Amino acid sequence: MDPVAEAGTQALALVVTADPKLVGIVLLSLRISLAAVVFGCLIGLPLGAAIAVNEFRGRRAVIVILNGLMGLPSVVVGLVVYLLLSRAGPLGALGILFTPTAMVIAQTILITPTIAALSRQIVADAWQEYREQLRSLGETRLGAATTLLWDLRFSLVTIVLAGFGRAASEVGAVMIVGGNIDGVTRVMTTTIALETSKGDLPLALGLGIILLSIVLALNAGAYVVKETAQRRYG
Amino acid sequence: MTIGVDVRAPPSLLPLDLDRVEFAAGSRRIIQGLSVTLDAGPRSVILGPNGAGKSVLLRLCHGLLEPTAGTIAWNSPELPGGARRQAMVFQRPVLLRRTVLGNVMYALKLARVPRGEREERAREALRKVGLDAQADHAARVLSGGEQQRLALARVWALRPEVLFLDEPTASLDTGATHEIEKVILALHAAGTKIVMVTHNLGQAHRLGDEILFLHQGRLVERAPADRFLKHPASLEAASFLEGELPW
Repeated sequence: MDPVAEAGTQALALVVTADPKLVGIVLLSLRISLAAVVFGCLIGLPLGAAIAVNEFRGRRAVIVILNGLMGLPSVVVGLVVYLLLSRAGPLGALGILFTPTAMVIAQTILITPTIAALSRQIVADAWQEYREQLRSLGETRLGAATTLLWDLRFSLVTIVLAGFGRAASEVGAVMIVGGNIDGVTRVMTTTIALETSKGDLPLALGLGIILLSIVLALNAGAYVVKETAQRRYG
Repeated sequence: MTIGVDVRAPPSLLPLDLDRVEFAAGSRRIIQGLSVTLDAGPRSVILGPNGAGKSVLLRLCHGLLEPTAGTIAWNSPELPGGARRQAMVFQRPVLLRRTVLGNVMYALKLARVPRGEREERAREALRKVGLDAQADHAARVLSGGEQQRLALARVWALRPEVLFLDEPTASLDTGATHEIEKVILALHAAGTKIVMVTHNLGQAHRLGDEILFLHQGRLVERAPADRFLKHPASLEAASFLEGELPW
């Protein structure tokens, strides 16, 4: 049997039988990336909305920087967080390097600019339309930012998922700050990288299948939510 | 002896006094040396050709724009940070992705109406514009006429002393226009001062007690509606009335 086909068959077997090692890795990945998305949204959505509805000096520069940070290389984030958390670093006393917490921090830093930049764009477009009406009703800028975030909730779902997709699929940052320790900080992407270089293709391929399925399923879900909501709420 | 007046009620917003108001956008002077006093009572309709500055004038009065020169003074100004006592309805209403009722309740929340009173007041306003049956529908999927009626319910619930309307029926058919006009008359009957911009001479005739005619950013003529529409005093108004179709 051709080695790729064989690896594929074994990979499917791992997935279908819910191999405990594989399940553990998947769950850890999801936990870390979901936590990063929650923190990324808590910071990024209000930040994006605030920049969208406020006028201040240096606003353009902030927008340019924010947009630029969307392309932040994950290994650079990993390196910076590593330096901060390493024993000699300023936050070394926390002792959280090579833990899932460090991985959540790194992924949060990675995706917050993406969430902020994309939500700023969506909120700014809507602000053009809503501005006079909301001001007429006596809304403050802070209030307008929250009102818009809620009103645009269905469009923002796509952004949240883009953030999740980026977090779940990056490998550089979690590899550096997590250390890829078996059973502790080993996630889908780092396992795929490691197992591929070791030549253990079935596990790598099985995880690849799962990672791809999760990202596809989430995007399909987001699409359905948006379509349904648009029909129902206009 | 008791007097049937709540002594805590603030004095009336009106009259609204505009004194030599100017508004310029870049080098374009949109409003030029406009002085006028709007009193409580009559329904004031602002007429004028495109670009005369009608919508800008409404926005200046409502407070959405600041004059570049001159003053705009209410008899008793709204308190900064306090609930608004005057409201505006736009040509295209902006409704939130909430229910019909939710849109009215949102405005009441901004007006600092106590939470317990909001729903009852909102439902009452919806009844007045004939949207009570649609209270739980999504606001953004209503027809154009219904959306505008919802915008009117939203301001009605606020019980404003003054309501500015910027061509509220410009994008509606005659049936929907008629409904909107009925609501505007009812709002006026309930004690709200109406200041409205329209392009529609028939509407100016039906709704206006007095006409303010604007031309190139200046108030050219102010007269009772009947007299203005039949015997305009200024050349500009006469040629405007000639050019406009009477519906």
